[in-house]
Amino acid sequence: MCLGIPGRVIRWIDRDPTFATAEIEFDGLRRVCHLACATDANVGDFVIVHAGVAISRLDPQAAQRVFDELARLGDDEGWHVPGPERAEHEP
Amino acid sequence: MKYLDEYRDPVVASRLVRAILQRATRPWKIMEVCGGQTHNLLRHGIDTELAGVVELIHGPGCPVCVTAIEAIDFAQQLAAQPDVLVASFGDMLRVPGSRGSLLDVRAAGGNVRTVYSPVDAVELARRDPNRQVVFFAVGFETTAPATALAVLQAARLGLDNFSLIVAHVRVQPAMEAIMSSPGCNVNAFLAAGHVCTVIGYESYEEFVARYHVPVVVTGFEPVDLLSGILACVEQLEADEARVENCYGRSARPAGNTVAGEVVRQVYEICDRPWRGLGTIIAGGLRLKPQWARFDAASRFGGLPMEVIESDECHSGEVLAGRIKPSGCPSFGTRCTPEQPLGAPMVSSEGACAAYFRYALHRPVGATGS
Repeated sequence: MCLGIPGRVIRWIDRDPTFATAEIEFDGLRRVCHLACATDANVGDFVIVHAGVAISRLDPQAAQRVFDELARLGDDEGWHVPGPERAEHEP
Repeated sequence: MKYLDEYRDPVVASRLVRAILQRATRPWKIMEVCGGQTHNLLRHGIDTELAGVVELIHGPGCPVCVTAIEAIDFAQQLAAQPDVLVASFGDMLRVPGSRGSLLDVRAAGGNVRTVYSPVDAVELARRDPNRQVVFFAVGFETTAPATALAVLQAARLGLDNFSLIVAHVRVQPAMEAIMSSPGCNVNAFLAAGHVCTVIGYESYEEFVARYHVPVVVTGFEPVDLLSGILACVEQLEADEARVENCYGRSARPAGNTVAGEVVRQVYEICDRPWRGLGTIIAGGLRLKPQWARFDAASRFGGLPMEVIESDECHSGEVLAGRIKPSGCPSFGTRCTPEQPLGAPMVSSEGACAAYFRYALHRPVGATGS
């Protein structure tokens, strides 16, 4: 039940603090979600959506850092596999 | 899909497995708190990959599983009333109460609806002012912002036909209860990434200092889980105990402060009975007095009913991490997802369901325990 799905903000619909909504794309599917708890998200940002409500704006730098830190483990061939910033061609 | 595929990369995952096996000089017991993590550990076979080096102890992180049977029985009472509709997440509708599940009530003509979001239940109430809509609010801190938001929206809309059965539970008091229990042998915790996304992880500093156990904030995909386990093993091997964040793309030290404020507006901390575990001090959330008009218990009252709990079900021991689901005499025989004796067998986050789905047909000796 604590699972959340990452999705990209396509467009803001309502900026009201209680009724804030935006259109979010999940791997091609679009759905209106509530963004009252992620008002800092901009169009193009990724958010984690849980139970229809965005609970965080994903930090691309922190996401990449995990893959960069793995390189310190040595045996480094392949450690720099594409992280989020390179996994998908973004506009 | 971005932010998922790269965290499922088998090359990265296998190298993390190798790193864990190389780092560990003795067996360690690590508890993953969240049921979503339990399912992914089993689904991807991480427990068997690490067998003999890291034993994964499955925690009580399935909110549906620990929801008190009295709350389920109350929801069923309401759903059987004319002009009352009970809505909740799909998982909650399948969990057995004293007399079957909410789905059984629906089959008998009761008004029960699955919704994706608590806010959808507000919309149901807005569209049908002649019907009372009750949302059965279950979940950890991850879900509390969504249900609190539903209350704030219902208040703004002036709805007098929307209310909640609040059964929210809090993770950290349950971890305290586990660490304080006699015979606890947990060496480290994978803290639930989305709970920490909402509430942050600064509050774990005191916990770590008190119990000297590493707490590593961990996500849900295989690379996330293995990164969290590796961080635990490295701390344990160095005899360290720190709060560490391996889910930095989503979880920040202070959490989501906007979500936290939404929750604080609506809820206050309370003691709460957890099914199978007993009452946990500060283990739940309830509506603040100023929101009492949205409390289904206040609105409808409740008829006392005899609680009937299966004595064949060992889910309390499973939820406390004392036994593996496969250690229950009823597992896979008297208790299956189609005929569950307890909630962990029916919930999509329940440890028993995870073992039934992913580990039932594993070769003997490959149980990961």
